[in-house]
Amino acid sequence: MSSSIMNVEVTDKVVKEHGLKPDEYQRICDILGRKPNITELGLYSVMWSEHCGYKHSRALLKTLPTKGDKVLQGPGENAGIMDIGEGWAVAFKVESHNHPSAIEPYQGAATGVGGILRDIFTMGARPVANLNSLRFGPLTDPKVKRLFTGVVHGIADYGNCMGIPTVAGEVVFDDSYAENCLVNAMSVGLLKHDQIIRGKATGIGNAVIYIGATTGRDGIHGATFASTEITGESTEKRSAVQVADPFMEKLLMEATLELIHGNLLVGIQDMGAAGLTCSTCEMASRGGAGIEIDVAKVPQREKGMTPYEILLSESQERMLLVAKPGCEQKVHDILAKWDLHAATIGIVTDTGRMIVKENGKVVADVPADSLTDAPLYHPAKSEPAILKTYKEFDENSIPVPGNLSEVLEKLIADPTIASKRWVYRQYDHMVRSNSLIRPGSDAAVIRVKGTQLGLAMTIDGLGSYCALDPYEGAKIVVAEAARNIACSGAQSIGMTDCLNFGNPEKPEVFYYLDRVIAGLGDAARAFNIPITGGNVSLYNENPTGAIDPTPVIGMMGLFQNVDTRITQWFKNEGDSIYLLGSMGQSIGGSRYLTVTHGKKTGLCPTLNLEVELKLHQALKALADQKMLQSAHDCSDGGFAVAVSESCFTGTTHEQKSLGATVSLPGEGRLDGRLFGEAQSRVIVSLKPADAAKVEEILKKFGVPFEKIGTVGGDSLTIGKEVKVAVSRLADLFFTSIEKMMA
Amino acid sequence: MRFSVTVFPGSNCDHDCEYVLRDVEKQDVQMIWHKDTDLKNPDCVVVPGGFSYGDYLRTGAIARFSPVMKSVADFAAKGGLVIGICNGFQILCEAGLLPGALIRNKNIKFLCQSTYIRVEQNNTPFTNACKPNQVLKIPIAHGEGNYFIDAAGLKGLKDNNQIVVRYCDANGQLTPESNPNGSLENIAGICNVNRNVFGLMPHPDRSAEDILGSHDGHYLWQSILSSKVGAK
Repeated sequence: MSSSIMNVEVTDKVVKEHGLKPDEYQRICDILGRKPNITELGLYSVMWSEHCGYKHSRALLKTLPTKGDKVLQGPGENAGIMDIGEGWAVAFKVESHNHPSAIEPYQGAATGVGGILRDIFTMGARPVANLNSLRFGPLTDPKVKRLFTGVVHGIADYGNCMGIPTVAGEVVFDDSYAENCLVNAMSVGLLKHDQIIRGKATGIGNAVIYIGATTGRDGIHGATFASTEITGESTEKRSAVQVADPFMEKLLMEATLELIHGNLLVGIQDMGAAGLTCSTCEMASRGGAGIEIDVAKVPQREKGMTPYEILLSESQERMLLVAKPGCEQKVHDILAKWDLHAATIGIVTDTGRMIVKENGKVVADVPADSLTDAPLYHPAKSEPAILKTYKEFDENSIPVPGNLSEVLEKLIADPTIASKRWVYRQYDHMVRSNSLIRPGSDAAVIRVKGTQLGLAMTIDGLGSYCALDPYEGAKIVVAEAARNIACSGAQSIGMTDCLNFGNPEKPEVFYYLDRVIAGLGDAARAFNIPITGGNVSLYNENPTGAIDPTPVIGMMGLFQNVDTRITQWFKNEGDSIYLLGSMGQSIGGSRYLTVTHGKKTGLCPTLNLEVELKLHQALKALADQKMLQSAHDCSDGGFAVAVSESCFTGTTHEQKSLGATVSLPGEGRLDGRLFGEAQSRVIVSLKPADAAKVEEILKKFGVPFEKIGTVGGDSLTIGKEVKVAVSRLADLFFTSIEKMMA
Repeated sequence: MRFSVTVFPGSNCDHDCEYVLRDVEKQDVQMIWHKDTDLKNPDCVVVPGGFSYGDYLRTGAIARFSPVMKSVADFAAKGGLVIGICNGFQILCEAGLLPGALIRNKNIKFLCQSTYIRVEQNNTPFTNACKPNQVLKIPIAHGEGNYFIDAAGLKGLKDNNQIVVRYCDANGQLTPESNPNGSLENIAGICNVNRNVFGLMPHPDRSAEDILGSHDGHYLWQSILSSKVGAK
């Protein structure tokens, strides 16, 4: 970007380069009553991008349930906040950083973590846990190994340096993400009710203060970049990827929390996508006010930056805040203590306009709320023809393998199913000394010090099901996340969603988006779990087409008494093993069908929301009475994999295995019963003495159950079909990824 | 006892140390900002883990120049108890209060996991509540915990019985597999010649309660509490 950009004439070509359509440009002219100058065009370009403006998804997102007794802050702010009792609240949100990570995995992933952390502490919450959901192409591909290594390293370095434990996550390897990896980062923070602060500018004449890192030329147009498809030219847009400085962010976090908890601020917002532009106009718009800033006062990393560049820079680790009257000096003093830049760059006004000056000369003057009111589209949708072929798939064309023990060994070593120890060993998952259930179980659990409260959390996505049946797949992703929370013994209270899709301007992609959001909404309503915020990442395409439609759900669960928590692994020889739920025999959409037979097709499992809810309620009741020794849900790999995983204690560096002998319930094809992914099933173990009480509770909730076997021995035996030494299964499970990455 | 926990920009186990000492061990704790030089008359100084100054030049390399470190050195010279954990150990080495250096883990990657360490010396103020060769389960979380010292230095450590804890397996055996980061002779923690300064990579601040999976860190805190040594 040359420094003579101020003189660039706004031509049709320039408008197109800014990703704006002719009618969008006309709308800008109508709003302003004149042609915009290049700086103003830049403002609209980033704020009306899909990333900031949600112009293709907003209408659908509005249909999602966002309200509930415990919701203190729903969508529209930097993060959602929910009441957890005793004066405490939890802030949480998930966000994508897919495009930057595909281009520069280390920095892309690291800045993704940095961005979501700022969203949390800008609400007044101290981040206490991070999670992430990652998707790559097949791990056998050397390019994927490089991406996987870089992304994990970037997440590790950022979270570790910040001192926030990364406690849970998921990693999926699938052809669909070969050229377009998905990196979704979630953060969770704790705060007291009276510490909540919002991103709004109010109080005419209040000082607008910039704090944190200096502004450089990095990341200009990142938001616009994230709203287009990745192409061969994308690697040339590397300047659109930002550079991470977790140490700076650590200082920024401590200083920000000191400011907020010192009650010095009216409002505060981080500078993420679209940088200073977004924070300025959003704060003014939320406050129903105007804002006036002078870019010459912004601390700058380089000389000769134009207003255009300063406004659109996505340099990391920066915040914008509005101080309370008389508190401006105290704000500056606290920032000086932390050796951070702080500059008063403007004031709040009553004009409703966002006015940008450079050394007193106006360089942009637009209505603030026009930037946050992006055009709204209702794109065309059409059902993809391929969905029909999935429905017509004949499972009988797939022979049942002769050696099912071998199939189990292959599945347990599949990188998508295998232990992610190679990943989470690189994350500090214990710092802050709250991690009671660490990575490796269905959900992570942290305590809230000074109380009996605990938080369970998990993050789950399901692209493969949604590709086959977007509505059913979306219901299942919510159900699976809530089931993971239920298996930990907690009550799901709220969720955040990240919707990763292809180009919404393609009718087939928009069909998927429409059906997925319908499924998410129906499941959320059935379970009465509000969605308190999230993020949409569209235009995830690679040269062979769109990625699988991939909704990712971050689910938050609450314990009134964290001593009732449960892990997924068997505890004692002689304990009874039960299956909760009903068996199926279909192999459609299963990981087994992909790994063993190389097919991604068929009907994905269906889910009955009422049956699922009863299962969750029963698990919660059993946990509250401490009736269960372990609980683990059946997901990828079905019944056989779930029982196998219950045999391993999955924490870092202390693997312990317990064998089990169980029957193979159900009827029909053996591979479907062993590895099919029928929903609403959980494997639990319990002390034999508790059996009568447990069965009574299950009957009360109407949950089908069957005693299937006993914990003990050195092998896993399933009916007559499977018998494998547990030590062998454990070795395959824990070392599969390590061996592939060696 | 009165503990002072130093806080550098980038310290991130300062809260954990404060919590374990105040709420678990029920002691007086004060936090000392790195720009301060007054340690506030402690019985023991704790240099906590984290990424002081982002560890950008080299772990602990910049923190040693903070004003508070001069006070910590003076306090140690007078015989005051100083314990450095993880990044704190790195800082004490950089500051010359402990010999040797901590370099990149042998597998290059950051490692967060449970480890076992064996008490090699229980005649220090930091291990006197432990039995000889007691095995403690205490987790690590670091990228640069690979302890190194030259041959002469190693001889000095041995001659003066300064190797306090070593990585071992659950049965107390010093095996290559139980050495997570490639440390020379499985060294996990050492003290100075006067035995009043102790540094270790494992985190007793994360392992003093059963709810966290191990209470073995408590033995180290208990040792400090029962020691009679103090700054003269």
